[in-house]
Amino acid sequence: MANLKNINLRDKGANLWEGWDRPKRTAFVVILIALVGLLPYGGNFSFTSILNTPSSSYQAVLVYPVGMFVLMALGLNVVVGKSGLLDLGYVAFFAIGGYTAGLLSEHTHLNTWEILPIGMAAAMFAGVLLGLPTLRLRGDYLAIVTLGFGEIVRIVALNTQSIGASTGIASIRTPPKTFGLQFDIMHSNSYFWVVLAMILLVIWMIRRFTVRRPGRAWEAIRQDEDVAILMGVPILRYKVWSFCIGAAIGGAAGVIFASKTQYVAPNMFTFNVSVLILSCVVFGGMGNMWGVILGGVILAYLPERIRFISNARQLVFGITLVVIMNLRPDGLLPRKKREKLGAAKKAGENV
Amino acid sequence: MNFSVVTSQFWPLLINGLAVGLIYVLISLGYTMVYGVLRLINFANSEIFMVGTFATVIVTRDVFHYTSAHDALHGWKLIASLLLLLIASMLFSGVTAVLVELVAYRRLRSKGTNRLASLISAIGTSIMISEGVRILTKSAPVPTPRLLSKFNLFTIGSVAIRIDTFMVIIAAALIFFLVDRFVTKTLLGKAIRAVSMSEETSKLMGINLNRVISATFLIGGLVTGAAAFLYMQVYENTVFNIGFNLGLAAFTAAVLGGIGNIRGAFYGGLTLGLFEQFASAVIGGQWKAVTVFTVLVLVLLFRPNGLFGEAIQQSRV
Repeated sequence: MANLKNINLRDKGANLWEGWDRPKRTAFVVILIALVGLLPYGGNFSFTSILNTPSSSYQAVLVYPVGMFVLMALGLNVVVGKSGLLDLGYVAFFAIGGYTAGLLSEHTHLNTWEILPIGMAAAMFAGVLLGLPTLRLRGDYLAIVTLGFGEIVRIVALNTQSIGASTGIASIRTPPKTFGLQFDIMHSNSYFWVVLAMILLVIWMIRRFTVRRPGRAWEAIRQDEDVAILMGVPILRYKVWSFCIGAAIGGAAGVIFASKTQYVAPNMFTFNVSVLILSCVVFGGMGNMWGVILGGVILAYLPERIRFISNARQLVFGITLVVIMNLRPDGLLPRKKREKLGAAKKAGENV
Repeated sequence: MNFSVVTSQFWPLLINGLAVGLIYVLISLGYTMVYGVLRLINFANSEIFMVGTFATVIVTRDVFHYTSAHDALHGWKLIASLLLLLIASMLFSGVTAVLVELVAYRRLRSKGTNRLASLISAIGTSIMISEGVRILTKSAPVPTPRLLSKFNLFTIGSVAIRIDTFMVIIAAALIFFLVDRFVTKTLLGKAIRAVSMSEETSKLMGINLNRVISATFLIGGLVTGAAAFLYMQVYENTVFNIGFNLGLAAFTAAVLGGIGNIRGAFYGGLTLGLFEQFASAVIGGQWKAVTVFTVLVLVLLFRPNGLFGEAIQQSRV
């Protein structure tokens, strides 16, 4: 077990990255993005056909669950991984995004791209509404309140006739033709590229946040709230911000999801979705973006690829949570350890 | 909105509220006692309850071979069957609770990791149990054969009290009384209270921490199992996610009474049971979960130590 703990791919990768100069890094990023962008064609060639999923279209699987879960896991990672707030009702924001898309598409002539910011704003508003009273609470209270909130949003949707009750909202419009890309059920690839673009945007945004004041504040809150207060960090403000950013990403995912499936119903937004996204975050490594992405890809893709898992999917996720927490609490790719090591080395030299 | 039911249906609502409230009291003991010793929410308690309901079904159906076509039992046979069922349900839940502690909490506690890890591990355990049962039962609700023919026992004023409601109220109150006596009077109860006051000091006093924590989980599980048995006698149906809403309600009850506080859980459970009955009569039963959740958030916001404040806080577990 000790050996397993010492393997830190994340640090190895980071060392490699830091050894490169700028052109090399740019080239690497461009090639990586291009490769990921070409993934939808992976099912076409014989040597990559192993990627194909048996029960559903490979191109569709890349959008939902894989792309969507990576996007949402990145959003939840801001809340759980960066600031250490356990949110068990993340599905609520996804649902709010989806229902905003459904309602606006039904009652207005706005297209998906115009709905997107509104959906994000609605989710953020819900985030503030839930966050302001509950983020003062201690960690485990927060967990149960968010758990309840996720379920309440579903129950409200289920019992409100004007938003379709149990049947939900059908015939949501797909996005209009944009940059020559067509969006409909036959063109999953367009959705994949949109989700990919959103993921890249979120990665960029979170990287910026992490090295700036909010990132440092979140890190302080995660490590020790009392100390953070003493150091003058306005913890409630930064907690609400982290909640809002997570919510906005969940809401954006919801809007795209609704325009892809063209309908939303309460039974799409159960507690299971929250668990799944949390599993992606925990499995990959809380707090480390690349780990979370890897976790999202593995946990979303494997159940589609290996058929017998898909029925027992939730069971596998439950086991994943327990095993990872007990044996490797930092996940597959743990957050940076180098700073700690560097600091330890320096301290050693001084003595 | 229909406020007239509150007056016209006052007595039936009151009696049902009492019965539901007492079931909440028993389940919330599983939360409150564990919180007392570990300072952690026992997330799997809802699944411990679910296991108890299935234990009731399995023993009735597959061990006693009662079927729904079976005539209702009478006399000593009825009493013996019910008692055996109660014990079986308690044992299943108790054993599950001890296993939950071993799987979800023990290793992490000995390593002294942060709370987030224990929380996630507990949630994982809870999902494991409920999903395991979901796959086994193929998500279908499972009915239990009726043992008790449900006649009206007696009437108070204008309301008839059914035998199962009566049984729930008497049995639950009795079990609560026994738990309370156990925690205040016995040596093990004293040890549990000591651990909940200070883990460090109780270790220094020679208390075996692991044993006390296991015992706490066991007692919490036994009581939750009793609640599951009583619940099944009234509602006669169970499903893999039955614990979700009941667990949230029982947790709310525990918070209402001040979490970690056994007598508080009693008042909290009764208050919530009554409030929930009257509220859902007024605004409709489908909003029950929403009502409970609203109560939880409001209490956490304004009275995080529970409704009854410091006076009861003194008698923490």
